Amino acid sequence: MTAFRQLITAVTVSGLLACSAGENNVERGNREGILYFGNGTEPQTIDPHVLTGSPEGNLASALFEPLIARNPYTLEIEPGVAERWEFNADRSVITFYLNPEARWSNGDPVTAQDFVWSWQRALNPKIGNQVADVVFYHIRNAEAYHLGRIDDPDAIGVQALDAHTLRVALEYSNPFALLKFTYVYLAPVHRATIEAHGAPTDRFSPWTRPVNFVGNGPFTLDEWKMQRFVKVKRNPYYWDRDNVALNGIVFRPIESSTTEEKMFRSGQLHTALNPPNSKIPDYRAQSETPLVEGPFMGIYYYMMNMEHPPLDNGRVRRAMALSIDRETLARSVLQDTVTAWSSYVPFGMPDYEHTHILDFDPEAARRLLAEAGYPGGAGFPALTLKYNTAENHRSVAIAVQQMWKQHLNIDVQIANEEWRVYLDSLDQHNYDIARMGWVADIYPGSFLDTMISTGGTNRTGFANAEYDRIILEDLRATPDKDAQMQLYQRAERIFLEETPLIPIYAYKTKRLVQPSLQGMPANAGDMLNYKYVVLDADAPAWKWQTPADNRQAAN
Amino acid sequence: MWRFIGSRLLQAVPVILAVITATFFLVRMAPGGPFDSEKAVIPEVRAALEAQYRLDQPLASQYFAYLGDLASGDFGPSFKYPGRSVNELIAAGLPVTAELGFYALLIATLIGGLAGVLASLKPNTAQDYVPMALAMLGICMPTFLLGPLLVLLFGIRLEWLPVSGWGDLPGDKILPSLTLGAALAAYIARLSRAGMLEVLSQDYIRTARAKGLPEWQVVTRHALRGGLLPVVTFLGPAFAGLLAGSFVVESIFQIPGLGRFYVQAAFNRDYTMILGTTVFLSTLIVLFNLMSDVLAAWLNPRLRAQYGSSA
Amino acid sequence: MTTEVITDIAQAEQGTSLWQDAWVRLKKNRLAVCGLIVLLIMVMTALLTPWIAPYAFDAQNLDLGATPPSAAHWLGTDIFGRDMLTQILYGGRISLAVGFIATTVALLIGVTWGAIAGYVGGRVDAVMMRLVDILYALPFMIFIVLLMVVFGRNMLLLFLAIGAVEWLTMARIMRGQVQSLRQQEFVEAAISLGLPTSTIIRRHLVPNALGPIIVYTTLTIPGVMLLEAFLSFLGLGVQPPQTSWGLLISYGADTMEEYPWLLIYPGLTLTVTLFSLNFLGDGLRDALDVRGSRD
Repeated sequence: MTAFRQLITAVTVSGLLACSAGENNVERGNREGILYFGNGTEPQTIDPHVLTGSPEGNLASALFEPLIARNPYTLEIEPGVAERWEFNADRSVITFYLNPEARWSNGDPVTAQDFVWSWQRALNPKIGNQVADVVFYHIRNAEAYHLGRIDDPDAIGVQALDAHTLRVALEYSNPFALLKFTYVYLAPVHRATIEAHGAPTDRFSPWTRPVNFVGNGPFTLDEWKMQRFVKVKRNPYYWDRDNVALNGIVFRPIESSTTEEKMFRSGQLHTALNPPNSKIPDYRAQSETPLVEGPFMGIYYYMMNMEHPPLDNGRVRRAMALSIDRETLARSVLQDTVTAWSSYVPFGMPDYEHTHILDFDPEAARRLLAEAGYPGGAGFPALTLKYNTAENHRSVAIAVQQMWKQHLNIDVQIANEEWRVYLDSLDQHNYDIARMGWVADIYPGSFLDTMISTGGTNRTGFANAEYDRIILEDLRATPDKDAQMQLYQRAERIFLEETPLIPIYAYKTKRLVQPSLQGMPANAGDMLNYKYVVLDADAPAWKWQTPADNRQAAN
Repeated sequence: MWRFIGSRLLQAVPVILAVITATFFLVRMAPGGPFDSEKAVIPEVRAALEAQYRLDQPLASQYFAYLGDLASGDFGPSFKYPGRSVNELIAAGLPVTAELGFYALLIATLIGGLAGVLASLKPNTAQDYVPMALAMLGICMPTFLLGPLLVLLFGIRLEWLPVSGWGDLPGDKILPSLTLGAALAAYIARLSRAGMLEVLSQDYIRTARAKGLPEWQVVTRHALRGGLLPVVTFLGPAFAGLLAGSFVVESIFQIPGLGRFYVQAAFNRDYTMILGTTVFLSTLIVLFNLMSDVLAAWLNPRLRAQYGSSA
Repeated sequence: MTTEVITDIAQAEQGTSLWQDAWVRLKKNRLAVCGLIVLLIMVMTALLTPWIAPYAFDAQNLDLGATPPSAAHWLGTDIFGRDMLTQILYGGRISLAVGFIATTVALLIGVTWGAIAGYVGGRVDAVMMRLVDILYALPFMIFIVLLMVVFGRNMLLLFLAIGAVEWLTMARIMRGQVQSLRQQEFVEAAISLGLPTSTIIRRHLVPNALGPIIVYTTLTIPGVMLLEAFLSFLGLGVQPPQTSWGLLISYGADTMEEYPWLLIYPGLTLTVTLFSLNFLGDGLRDALDVRGSRD
């Protein structure tokens, strides 16, 4: 009995007070070259042909390397597994010359055949790749094979000319075609490893476990404790290992951004993404703030169901779009963590001229609503604005609801649905107005292409023959980049004039970064390249300054 | 006694079967599937995914196949985490939840028991009122309010303790254990006070006092054993309740336990994971209730006789 | 006929004195009286909210934003510049309504179920109470979460789900009461007179079991309110634009570091209300001298 009591006491005391060294993670990490990375949710998988989310992408980017990489400062493309590449005359075929030094983490060379096999696997209908339409369909016959219209994987436009020469035939020429080869979804996987642990298309295969794993990225899998951390360590065979400064990365899954921010503040993380909006003013007030902000390619909008009256009336849709005071919304509700934005292609798109026909104009909005038969909002049917359950979406909805009331005198109910239910509602067009966001790449097609009448993100009922023709025919016949930009601008104008959706704001990166962490700048692609990341052990430690006095003064 | 245990175990079988069946069909009735995303899923891809997870078969055969897997102890693969089995996920979360529950129970028993006994020794004085008012506060203050308030006070304002995590920083287990244990401590305080009052008024205590034993010996030697009996029988269901109720605390403090897995799985439509955690937790709860019934019957001669004859 | 009249009178007399005694005893219990007063105030303000709330429910002032308590806004404002006192008042309407309605659901099911089981007895009783035992063993918290995730956003379901959990205890208590009452002479007399079962249950059994019913109803309400607040906290209960104390606490917890008043005031209101209900319930239990089932 006494022994038992002592045991309990010992377990309790040691458990509750479990002590470690007085050094925090950031200090230890700086010393050891280990990056502590706040990574949102627990990664579902690291298989590049199965994964979809951004925490998974952040992790997989450390473990796999595609043909081409991007510089995080300039977003210029630079060599990955391929050391150089060339186009044929009409830019419909790309030949990649692989770096003969490229190695898997077990020492095997990375070959052109690895890419052919990997992409055939990625496109095999059985594996259920959910992003293939966005990232692969520019390759010849990729779509046909992925949708099961042809059965022969060798018909896909990918060929290994020899061990280090890969030829890729494109469906149509595209000045932005190279960008897609930088995505981790197009990274190669190690054939022998996958075949040793099950069928190539088996989603349940344990080849992604640390003991089995083989990859070709700058890092390789070290330890994975579910819901606690994933550790990666240097890949000793990586071809560019001399330029990798970090010895490892610890990815921490922290679901709540409030908690992640607190952990960052107490020195447990080198970097945390998306601190809560309510904290942003305090961070901006810090001297030498660790907050890094900058635009990136994402747009937040309200879709309108064009099948539901009165939203079948273009004037009504336009009136609702014109009566949102985006500047006030961005400033007061969202603490300027976004860019108020009234067009669909987001702020910051390089070489692109934006259309702003939906800027805040309550006068015009009221006029349009009256023309549509609802002068002063009289007789306007009850509509519901749906959003998926999340604090940020609720805030925006509450403010927008009030703006419609104030400027148009119409009552819109707001209602939230839990994410899966919400997606189901959208798929069945069971909504009047619904919020959605789209994050993509630094070329306009990554936004406008999916809004064609059959597009995967177009759930509004928008179908415009001219728009579809521009996207599906004109653009594909136009290899010139400037001419493409003109076409995209024309398409977007058609889109905004019909107003199937109300753009609300363009996203901004907001990332917290300790002063010792360098090489993780805000960039329009919101992309990471761990090769550039350096930890400076001599950097002064950052300490939170309580801004309570400032806040009280402001009030 | 054995017949009693046996009959209770037999009773538990339909309960657990009901849980499995209800959960299985409830989850399938939910709108939204595990593969939906921002972009509408291509029908061909959806078909391929459903084939991999047996979802293309008729519901009835899925149900019986699931029962078959369960019988062999296999909860199936997780939808959300390809390459992981539900068994593996439960194995990862259970020790954390159990540890949290253990500390909470320990804190609750120590604090609650002490408060209750103290209160019972001097009824209707400050020594009674103060702990009992605190106990009432513990009952009235919901976990999801107490947790944030403790974090606000000890974590943010005073900066004494970490605000989240489990085993990452020294002391990060204190606030969650305290939060989870508080309501339980309150119940235990009330139970032990009532139990003690009843025992203290009984003849054998009077006899002990009359013998001239010092009061503390009367309490520790004689009263405690009988007075805390209701607490002991309460602990079984309480621990089971802690397991199920820990998901609020696990969410507040970002603790990677079973409760949080369960809520996440429900939101993600991870069918197998919802089923797995529900069945697992239910079985555990049923077993704990059973254990406490057996314990109560064993500790209480009157009940023992009653059960012995009825079962 | 005569017997019935006589028993009715006898009961009435007994009842009156019982209730008067109880009232006298309750009045002596200061905590319970305080609870009763606080509760009455809460219910009154909830009923009168549309007239006494200082601001309109959805009145925003985006430029004001979140401010601590001031003369204009006694309990401060949230990030939309909405008055917190107004939010708490309107939230109270929902929280209290859920508390009372769901308890009524539980009461109706539980009393009916328990009364029938206790009155009819025998095999029917065994089956009915075995069902209650089985339901008791189900991990309801888990089921409610699942139900709300699956069907979501539905006040009616919320009432039903909560009511469905809480009726079990009520059924057990009622059964115990009815079983003991059934042995008593006036019930036997009523049976021998050939009165319909429903009449006997309604006119003789339920009124005589009123004491325990009232006590456990009072003690069930805080449990129900807690459950509602808990579900709302998880985002599964009351949905915007409606609000409840649980929902306000949930929002407040997100920003408690910057705007602590958004957590503290709704939390305080909920706690005080639950306190009052529990004290009143305990007081009633003592006053009506109800003992028995521990839960």
